[in-house]
Amino acid sequence: MIRLKNINKSYTMGANKLHVLKGLDINIDEGAFVSIMGSSGSGKSTLLNILGILDDYDEGEYWLGDQLIDKSLSEKQAAFFRNQHIGFVFQSFNLLNFKTAQENVALPLYYQKVPRKERAARALEYLDMVGLADWAGHYPNQMSGGQQQRVAISRALISNPQVILADEPTGALDSKTSHEVMEIFKKVNGQGITTIIVTHEDDIAELTNQVIRLKDGQIEN
Amino acid sequence: MFDYDKWQEIFTSIGKHKLRTVLTAFGVAWGIFMLVLLLGAGKGLGNGIAYQFEGDALNSLWIRPGRTSVPYKGMKEGRRIKLDNDDYKFLLDEFEKIEELSGKYFLGGNKVAKYKEIALAYDVQGIHPDGAIVEGLSVTKGRALNYADQLENRKVAVIGEPVVEQLFKEEEPIGKMVTLDGAAYRIVGVFHDKEGERSMRRFYLPISTVQKVYSSLDRLDQLIIAAGDLSLADMDLLEQKTKEALQGRKMIAPDDRRALRVFNMANEYQSFVSLMFVMNGIIWMVGIFSMIAGVIGVSNIMLIIVKDRTKEIGIRKAIGATPGSIVSMIFQESIFITAIAGYVGLASGVGVLALLQGVESEFFRRPEVNFGVVFAATVVLVLAGVLAGLLPAIQASRINPVTAIKSD
Repeated sequence: MIRLKNINKSYTMGANKLHVLKGLDINIDEGAFVSIMGSSGSGKSTLLNILGILDDYDEGEYWLGDQLIDKSLSEKQAAFFRNQHIGFVFQSFNLLNFKTAQENVALPLYYQKVPRKERAARALEYLDMVGLADWAGHYPNQMSGGQQQRVAISRALISNPQVILADEPTGALDSKTSHEVMEIFKKVNGQGITTIIVTHEDDIAELTNQVIRLKDGQIEN
Repeated sequence: MFDYDKWQEIFTSIGKHKLRTVLTAFGVAWGIFMLVLLLGAGKGLGNGIAYQFEGDALNSLWIRPGRTSVPYKGMKEGRRIKLDNDDYKFLLDEFEKIEELSGKYFLGGNKVAKYKEIALAYDVQGIHPDGAIVEGLSVTKGRALNYADQLENRKVAVIGEPVVEQLFKEEEPIGKMVTLDGAAYRIVGVFHDKEGERSMRRFYLPISTVQKVYSSLDRLDQLIIAAGDLSLADMDLLEQKTKEALQGRKMIAPDDRRALRVFNMANEYQSFVSLMFVMNGIIWMVGIFSMIAGVIGVSNIMLIIVKDRTKEIGIRKAIGATPGSIVSMIFQESIFITAIAGYVGLASGVGVLALLQGVESEFFRRPEVNFGVVFAATVVLVLAGVLAGLLPAIQASRINPVTAIKSD
């Protein structure tokens, strides 16, 4: 599903060049449930951004399915891939505060030009899947952190992606809620969607089937 | 290309960000409103002053005698200067450039005019036949006073339109006899004077008749010279020459300013024209500066809005929005808000000017705006605001969504 070959990435900060990813080779099979671990500065967020086509890399190859993702991809194509194949879940939820839960979930479909009514119906369906159908008309600031993250997961799922990328999805949640959220990821993965979770918590990583440990831009194990 | 979904998205965004919307809209609306008011007020002031000059012939000199203030040729100061019929003839003979010349005889106080059982008091003035022209009268019925009236001291009168209404009601005034201050006069004409109601509540009689009836002297209270289309410089020259000639005849010191008072209408008008020119310049400058201030204000708000939306832009990008869709969303939203606000400012400005239409003070009347100018200003303000928002929006749409999401 995902193949990374000798991925290198550096950031230039003033006069200093920061080599963040140092020749990563990673294979993730379709339907895998993977966590990427590492302390801050290990390069795990950069890796996730590259996987999510939110950032580009300097050297190597990144294959998403049969598609080579490289710099030749235009912004518009990148947007298309993000929209069609990848679902994002963030640590800080990143819902739009001025939209209801249902509207937030429906937003990716807006960019797929799905008609309004169908968007609303499907959003409700996906909210129901995470147990929040009754909260459809609420705004993010009227919901708890766990609820917001479940809304965010619904939003990531609605475009029926092949890959879910979650950046510290439990980072802002207490352990009970964290485990509830992880249950949902497990269910999502059960439907055959490749699920990749970035985390620095061991108990979260233990819940996944495969752990990739990063240290200083290289794979540890 | 009406994309219902897109507008739905935009209206939701506007509805959920009322303060932001109101601030932007207020900036644009206020700028346009002030501009309309400013230009309208300037025009109203111009119209008001221009109105002061309406009615009388513009190229004219108005000469009134006074008292000498300087001893001259053995005569003491304080001597009363009198103009008379000889002066009138002298000016007429000596100065070819004078096209119309009229003396004026003022009867002090109002005189009672009687027709049938109605008796009302009116201002009465004696004028030469040219008087109707220099005063800018237009005869709307009958005829003006003529040379035959003047030569034969006829007891005839020309009256203003309001006098007809008050004295004759529905009756035909021409040919009727009116008793004025005890003597009977035949009404030969009715006139209209743009100067207004006050200048029309008046009887004009041949000056020779007035002189005969009231003083049997040949006194003239005023001499009015009209000189057709002489240039301003020629008018000044004429003013100087006639003044010198009259000073010579009356033995007045050349530097005596009180003995003859000459009012040069052309000169006054010219100073009004240059005053208006300067005023217009100031209005335009203030207008342009307020436009610039408006543009800066709106641009500022737009910058803040885009900054405010950076996170939203990042989120939208992460879930699949193309940079183009983001720019066009912000573009349409700001065009929509600023255009509506511009229209509101324009409409309320024009509305306030419409309310001021009723105001007719001496120096202010009929405020109006050049609609094209104001419309252009609105377009400029809207475009400037949109452009100001567009550039940062394009930038925001290009930055890495992760960076954008983390920016707050």
